[in-house]
Amino acid sequence: MKRREPLTNTQLLTTIAICIFVAMYAIAVIAPVQGFEKFQMFFDLLNDNAYLIIISCALSIVMIGGGINISVGGVISLTVMACSLFLNGTSLQNGFGIVAALFLALGIGLAFGVGQGFLISYLEIQPFIVTLAGMFLSRGLTTMLSVEPVKVSAQTHAVFYAFRGNKIEIPFLGYIAQNGNMIPAKLEIGAVVALAVVILSFLLLRYVKLGRNIYAIGGNQQSALMLGINVKRTRFLSYVISGLLSGLAGFVFLMHKPTGNASVAMRSEMDAIAASIIGGTLLTGGVGNVVGSFFGAMILATIQKIIGMSKLNDSWWQDMASGALLGFFILLQSVVLSERDKRRAKRNDSKLAVQRE
Amino acid sequence: MAAKKSSFLKKSGLGQLLIPITALVILLLFNLIRDPSFFSIKVAVNNSGNSVLSGNLITIIDNASALAVIAMGMTLVTAACGGQDISVGAVGAIAGSFFVKILKSWETVTAGSMILAIVVCILTAVAFMMFNGTLVAVFKIQPMIATLILFSCGRSIAYWITGSATPQLSGPIIQAMGMTIPGIPIPTPIFAVILVGIVLALIFRLTNLRLYTQSVGVNQGAARLNGINPTAIKLLSFVLLGMCVAVAAMIGVCRMAQLSHKTLLVDIEMDAILAVAIGGNNLGGGRFRIAGSIMGAYIIQMLTTTLYAMNVATVNVKAYKAIVIIIIVVAGSPVIKNWITSMTNKIRAGKMNTSAAKGVE
Amino acid sequence: MQNDAVLTMRGIDKQFPGTKALNKVDFTLRKGEIHALMGENGAGKSTLIKVLTGVHEKDGGSIWVEGVEGEAHIHSPQEAQNLGIATVYQEITLCPNLTVAENMFIGRTEGQMVHWKDFEKRTTEILNNLGIPARAKQELSSCSLAVQQMVAIARAVDMNCKVLILDEPTSSLDDKEVEMLFSLMRDLKSRGVGIIFVTHFLEQVYEVSDRITVLRNGELVGEYAIEDLPQVELVAKMMGKDLNDLADLEQIGEKRSAATEVVYEAEQISSSESKPFDFKIHKGEVNGFTGLLGSGRSESVRAIFGADRVTGGKVKMKGKDTKISKPHDAMKAGIGYLPEDRKRDGIIADLSVRENIILALQVMKGFFHPMTKAQMEAFADEYIKTLNIKTASQDTPVGSLSGGNQQKVILARWLLTHPDYLILDEPTRGIDVGTKLEIQKLVLKLATEENMSITFISSEIEEMLRTCSRLIVMRDRNIVGELTGDQLTQAQVMKTIAGGEQ
Repeated sequence: MKRREPLTNTQLLTTIAICIFVAMYAIAVIAPVQGFEKFQMFFDLLNDNAYLIIISCALSIVMIGGGINISVGGVISLTVMACSLFLNGTSLQNGFGIVAALFLALGIGLAFGVGQGFLISYLEIQPFIVTLAGMFLSRGLTTMLSVEPVKVSAQTHAVFYAFRGNKIEIPFLGYIAQNGNMIPAKLEIGAVVALAVVILSFLLLRYVKLGRNIYAIGGNQQSALMLGINVKRTRFLSYVISGLLSGLAGFVFLMHKPTGNASVAMRSEMDAIAASIIGGTLLTGGVGNVVGSFFGAMILATIQKIIGMSKLNDSWWQDMASGALLGFFILLQSVVLSERDKRRAKRNDSKLAVQRE
Repeated sequence: MAAKKSSFLKKSGLGQLLIPITALVILLLFNLIRDPSFFSIKVAVNNSGNSVLSGNLITIIDNASALAVIAMGMTLVTAACGGQDISVGAVGAIAGSFFVKILKSWETVTAGSMILAIVVCILTAVAFMMFNGTLVAVFKIQPMIATLILFSCGRSIAYWITGSATPQLSGPIIQAMGMTIPGIPIPTPIFAVILVGIVLALIFRLTNLRLYTQSVGVNQGAARLNGINPTAIKLLSFVLLGMCVAVAAMIGVCRMAQLSHKTLLVDIEMDAILAVAIGGNNLGGGRFRIAGSIMGAYIIQMLTTTLYAMNVATVNVKAYKAIVIIIIVVAGSPVIKNWITSMTNKIRAGKMNTSAAKGVE
Repeated sequence: MQNDAVLTMRGIDKQFPGTKALNKVDFTLRKGEIHALMGENGAGKSTLIKVLTGVHEKDGGSIWVEGVEGEAHIHSPQEAQNLGIATVYQEITLCPNLTVAENMFIGRTEGQMVHWKDFEKRTTEILNNLGIPARAKQELSSCSLAVQQMVAIARAVDMNCKVLILDEPTSSLDDKEVEMLFSLMRDLKSRGVGIIFVTHFLEQVYEVSDRITVLRNGELVGEYAIEDLPQVELVAKMMGKDLNDLADLEQIGEKRSAATEVVYEAEQISSSESKPFDFKIHKGEVNGFTGLLGSGRSESVRAIFGADRVTGGKVKMKGKDTKISKPHDAMKAGIGYLPEDRKRDGIIADLSVRENIILALQVMKGFFHPMTKAQMEAFADEYIKTLNIKTASQDTPVGSLSGGNQQKVILARWLLTHPDYLILDEPTRGIDVGTKLEIQKLVLKLATEENMSITFISSEIEEMLRTCSRLIVMRDRNIVGELTGDQLTQAQVMKTIAGGEQ
């Protein structure tokens, strides 16, 4: 009686992303690309791209709801700058200073999320334009705060500087250095936060009503309204969440690289969109999954790393590779989904014929 | 009375342009009050000895040229495909690279090499736009995602073509194209905008492009059943955008007399999309007005120039721009429009039965 | 106000720019009754329902719902649901990307969490109870349209609603499914639910309803018990016409079977959606394709027009070999096609009535030969007049017209091209009786007066018997019979559809 349901489109696309990530990573290990033989490489990918993973989740959530948010990179730059200035200037030279900075980061994110969400949901303005304005505003505010880079150092805020240096060490995943010492694998706090965000977002989208409502409004807004979902509030909240996550991503960025700068996270919104797409989130809404976006971000990060580690070390090769990779995924998904539709249509037909017999 | 007025607005098509026109007028008035000398136009002699017009207005119209040209093409793609091309800047860099590459094949820039370069530049831009168009029209991929590919790697391709950071160009022809033609006091890029505008106007006059594009944008299934080929129309919109991008790239290269693959037409995609939206066009496709987009382009440029004139630092301009953009789009938002309609009705009628307009969307 | 009323609406007003959609309409629904809401297109049925479900806000009047103190204020579908008003619409209003179970429960559960196990268990129970062939964990988009409609009804049923609104629920269901739906409705009725039933199928109204409310032009005509209102009178009330006009319903014109020149002839034509078949039609002939939903009748005419990918076959137009592989070829060959799904394939909603009317002719003239504005206006005016299209102006977006008028616009579009052969796939679906009649008359007129060959498809067999002189019967994508002359009776058609071999 019990039978397995066929994969939903979301699950199918996510599975493809995971398989390709595993295959790519395996090839890098076997090939061998320098550095990939150590497990630390995997952690480094997480450490370096924690902020990207977080904003990929942020993007996926709004994209599943049928929207878009291109202000995330700008919000990161603004938070990093604001927090750097705050930490350098504050008299709270202790743990409270860090907490205050975190709240500042989340507050900035929340403000952008609420503002943009209000304009998009309640005033019905096109999300691309609103978040484009959000991007201009956040980038502009960043340079208004300071044109020069602002560095948080051990001298300016010792507690934060020490805190950001904390790493989780996992010995059995480490490797033995030339001198015979065991070097444990190290994971930064930011990476742990990013993983937590992935898991929490996944749970939100799967088990919380708000999450399912986001899928519903992305799948068919009119239907969602008729089903009794408060479409405006749902959309508003999806932008609030994505704003909050961008603020958090800014804080994580600051922990990884404690320098506020106008060019921080430049074009990262496009990377996050690419990661979401690779992970199987469709811009048309209703389909997608943050686990896929996580792997999408990791796929992008891995390909960059492979090129960085090989002799082609040139930024334009990295750009070319991202572009090609994105093209590959887009075409693959388009082919897979259209094949699927065809088969489905055929099956429904034969079912109909059987009923008629 | 109200009904009559609104039907007049609808008939003349001015309804859609109300917001951009108002925004333009307010910007002009603001500058007039702030500093009447903002509008003064003088005849000056530039460093190559030509007498040219100079003044803020000329600067605005001149500097908005590339944006205005791209906004025109973007309007068509938006209308036909229901999405935007975010790779215009990158493709412009590629086309510009070919343009410079051809010109650099000879010692000096001659009329012959220039014509060849222009042809190659246009063909390159069209070819790359056909790539985008194919993904969108044939593989049915969302425009923004399809063009994200060239957005990420286009400038790298440009770098790969020229192979050096900033090749320089010089010579009277470059100057004539980028600045002014001797004897004519108006900057040449302005003529480029007018030329593109005329070409598009002629296309609309002599063909059914407008009807076809709008039909495809609103309901492509129905358009197909009426004998229109949606794939071809979408591809055509990208081809036209490619031509616009080529023109914009040449304006950009000739003005600077050099090519920087990193900064040529940088961020212009965002401004172009903004121009389309400020012009009152629906980013979801369908009905469109090119005039609105052109106006949008000049609004954006006037805003920037105004801010510079007010001594706002270059890097901070973005923040102020964002605020003005938000004000413009909020004023044009359906909710606010309905609210205004119902308020004016209420005032006119002085009765209760007027919240109706809200009901229909 | 009656005591047993579950829903009372009094003096409902609704104004849209340019039109008064509802003018002081009263409506009463009693406990345990099936109440048909009837009216032509644009009579205000949909508006009344949308006011009731909170999609539109009323401009005036009051609504009372049983068990709610004072007037009910309904501002959103959610509030309507909370008051016990559930709606099933003609178009599927579920989310295709969610599972069946989620679609059953989304938007109406308490708490912030989703209890998948619980949802799925309850859904399976409900589906089994109602005999709906779907699984709880299935993605909705993988179900057929009919099953999706049933899921929507199941959802409404499970909400323990006091008022259930069924807005044309039967238009995508076949006879068996309709019967299933009716037994479900009777079951709910016995449990005291008040059901508002909107449909264009008169027979269905008389099969299940207890009471009828008729609207016309946004105003209430009256409320009647079903036994007091014979079918003919109902039609008269809806159309606001006298009974003698309705004699036309029986005799709307003279059918012609013409043994003249063959206009269109196809040999073994097939498309990606249809099996190969032979077909021809004579000058001035009206023929029909009939069969159950999914029998391939629409797919066959689509193959003729080149609407799907044509995979084989030979076509002759007036004796000359012609290649038709896409709609444009068919149009050039003199074929017109009014598609089955008006909203999806027919109208271009945001464009004006004028642009919609001239579209096909303009395309035939070619990309490089645009018509002048004066020409367009003249054409549009002419057809707005001849077909009596009700629109504020030529510039009105066609999407804001009522269904029947939209259909007339598409009809005008094809008539303007003066085709030799016109295919009409369900031109009367979802439109009011008056317009239906007009269209049938027009078909016969075109055939007799202008010698146009016409293929006419309709779900209502009587309509086809009235207009067609030859019926092609299809089953499971094959032509299983061709009926002419004396064979054109309801019984014979049914027998052929069902499989007359035994």
